[in-house]
Amino acid sequence: MRVWPSVGQIRWGWFLLGVAVLLVWPVFADTHTPTILLAYALFALSLGLMWGYAGLLSFGHTAYFGLGAYVYAIAVINIGESTVPLLLAIAIPAAVAAVIGAMMFYGRISDVYMGVITLVVTLILFKFMNATAGDQYVIGAARLGGFNGIPGFAVLNVPGMPEWSLFGTPLYYVAAVALLGCYLICRWILARSFGRVLVGIRENESRCELLGYNVPAYKTAIFSISAAMAGLAGCLFANWAEIVTPSVFSLRAAAEVIVWVMVGGLGTLVGPILGAMALGMVKLLLGEQTVIDNSLILGLILVIVVLAIPRGVVPAVQGWWRGRIRIRAQRAGHARPRRRLATAATRQP
Amino acid sequence: MDYAAVVVLEILYMIAFIALISAGLAIVFGMMRVINLAHGEFVMLGGYTTLACDRAGINIWFAMLVIAPLVVALVGLLVERLVIRFLYGRMIDTMLATWGLSLLLIGVVTLIFGSSAVSVPAPIPGYQLGTYQMGGYNLFIIAISVALYVAVWLVLRYTRIGLVARGAMQSPEVASSLGYNPRMVYMVTFTVGAALSGLAGGVLAPLTGLLPSSGGAYIAKAFISVISGGVGAVITGTLASSTLYGAISQIVSFASTPVIGELAMLALAIILLRLMPQGISGRFFRDSQ
Amino acid sequence: MTSEAVVETIDLTKRFGGVTAVDRVNFTLKERELRCLIGPNGAGKSTFFKCLTGQYRLDSGNGRVLIRGTDVVGMRPDQIVRMGVGIKTQVPSVMNGLTVMENLWLAARRTHGWARSGAEVQRVIDEVGLGDIARRTVGELAHGQRQMVEIGIVLAQDPWLVLLDEPAAGITGAEVERLVGLIAQINRTASVIVVDHDMEFVRMLGAGITVFHQGAVLTEGPPNKVLSDARVREVYIGNRA
Repeated sequence: MRVWPSVGQIRWGWFLLGVAVLLVWPVFADTHTPTILLAYALFALSLGLMWGYAGLLSFGHTAYFGLGAYVYAIAVINIGESTVPLLLAIAIPAAVAAVIGAMMFYGRISDVYMGVITLVVTLILFKFMNATAGDQYVIGAARLGGFNGIPGFAVLNVPGMPEWSLFGTPLYYVAAVALLGCYLICRWILARSFGRVLVGIRENESRCELLGYNVPAYKTAIFSISAAMAGLAGCLFANWAEIVTPSVFSLRAAAEVIVWVMVGGLGTLVGPILGAMALGMVKLLLGEQTVIDNSLILGLILVIVVLAIPRGVVPAVQGWWRGRIRIRAQRAGHARPRRRLATAATRQP
Repeated sequence: MDYAAVVVLEILYMIAFIALISAGLAIVFGMMRVINLAHGEFVMLGGYTTLACDRAGINIWFAMLVIAPLVVALVGLLVERLVIRFLYGRMIDTMLATWGLSLLLIGVVTLIFGSSAVSVPAPIPGYQLGTYQMGGYNLFIIAISVALYVAVWLVLRYTRIGLVARGAMQSPEVASSLGYNPRMVYMVTFTVGAALSGLAGGVLAPLTGLLPSSGGAYIAKAFISVISGGVGAVITGTLASSTLYGAISQIVSFASTPVIGELAMLALAIILLRLMPQGISGRFFRDSQ
Repeated sequence: MTSEAVVETIDLTKRFGGVTAVDRVNFTLKERELRCLIGPNGAGKSTFFKCLTGQYRLDSGNGRVLIRGTDVVGMRPDQIVRMGVGIKTQVPSVMNGLTVMENLWLAARRTHGWARSGAEVQRVIDEVGLGDIARRTVGELAHGQRQMVEIGIVLAQDPWLVLLDEPAAGITGAEVERLVGLIAQINRTASVIVVDHDMEFVRMLGAGITVFHQGAVLTEGPPNKVLSDARVREVYIGNRA
């Protein structure tokens, strides 16, 4: 069966439009802000994949974003050339997630308890990193720096040529390629049996078990893949900010990505991307003024979205759009009894 | 010998601290399966209420034991009516909405009080224990914590309200069949939980110093304790987990540094949750309440 | 151990706290046999069922459960299913947010390759009669239809042992007849155990019956013998303690 309505398909038209916009952007506008928005988008995409399609809500997903950032910084300070650090920034979060995931999923931990455990993991990292001020906290040549973090490390370079730094517009393109590439990977996963089994697990885990699927293994795998993407996003963030501090592990950072995914639309891939870019932009704009507090706006948005648009903006817009098409078709006299299949990913346990 | 007494007192204080900040969340989670992530901010609000009263010249005992719980209870009532009651049965949505609320409350408090730390003077002077200078106020915290839990237990066990509450903990139908509107029960429960959080915040204000972001520290510990305690027997469970976490965290702190003590507590939480997915009470205290 | 036995339990015992739900049960099912498990509420049938499916985790202290000679005690449900066992649970367990076809596809995919899954799904749709509702979301369907979808899911895996817990629950009349026909059809290629309360349904199946009472096997045998047994009637009406 080629098509699964519940999983959706890539719309090549929109995708190519997106590619075109991203490619052409630097000609018209500054790339500094878009670079970080792309990194945020990738981070949100990673959570959206795991949460929306496999039904796994990791409260502390920012732990892997942060790990990616820290691993890159530490590795590039020690190695000097950026290819291996980039790969490590993807591999180490994936490995850590595999361990923690296996521990949770083979122990039948899910829902609330998974939320707590994943949150605790990021809190541990936050507390630990904050306490590493002092010269004794080094990994190789890299001082961990406590709450001040790690500043002044080399940015990504062209693989194999450490003098050719990718700072500036090239970094934007790296981020764009990363996002587009990971989006395609997500679509590919969802088009394969692996992705469909994940959706089945989200819908009814015990039934999938009774169909012979090794559910803990599937969950651990997607958790690890999602962490790898988050780590990549963290690496991009580190390159953009040129400093890595423990705030990447904070409760606040953990909340932000969840808000982005929720507002954007759980159960879609595009929703989290757009949600992250929009709200990331809002965050940057708010950060520059002190009249209204950041937290206030973010909190207000979250509450309103949960109450009013529980499925997120993108699904709401899609629903509205389809409704209008149907009305227009009916008015024009074509009977288009298109059944809208209920595909809402539910967040509830 | 003196040192031993100091250690014991510090451990008791830590247990009391965790138990106090967890009480409100435990009631709400145990009764309604609602995870209120704004709980930490309720505690923080209790502290700021005490601060405001203290600045206004109101007697501090009255402020922390009466006014703080009342004010936060009101806030809790508003929150329940405006937000929570639309989300019953949607656990994750409730968590997300209350997370939003917590950010909102932090923002509001920052607007009113500013973002720098403020403190409230401790109304009980220190005392000498051998060669150690002890905070007398810590003893008060321990006493309040004990009194609080005993009071809650008594109410649940021996009063009609307590019976209805315990029934509603099992299922909303029980409350209805006893003639009480479950929605009303939930509203009252949430308000009471908020009051307890406010009390905790008010009482702890002299000790911990106040920041709009203090809530964050409270919620993490409270959340972990309540979930570890489990849904089976909320009071016993939360007490058990508070004892475990308080003791381990303090002992490790004494053996090394406070940071490692906190890390030990967090690590223990992961181990505990992994080994006992239904929480401590789900495993050990199936028949208590 | 009987060489022909597809399922065999040896001294299977399962306790919950102080209650012994299954008490040293020795049970045998031969290849291609169809057997009904009946008994009043609390007799232990469903517990027994869940011991076979791995939904209750057992250890060596619970006795032995052999499926085609392999001791499945301690195995997870998915491991048991992968051996070739199809399971329908007491409460319909299907993926409510997905369509009927998607449900069937997931069931078929594990045992058939990517290329053949589509054909297998179509085969099951035709066999079970799900054509009208194939593209509907399962959550929207009526209870009886969902039961049939679950039967379809079991079929799509091509199992050689089928365990059905209360397949007739909540369905009546023509649907029950259809179900009986389906089970007979399944029985042509697989061994089947059916747990149910509905005496009419059990009578219609016309298969060997095992009666459970208070965690043990009261009697077993062909339908006419068992259903006319006075002890069985007493146990159902409750004259005996």
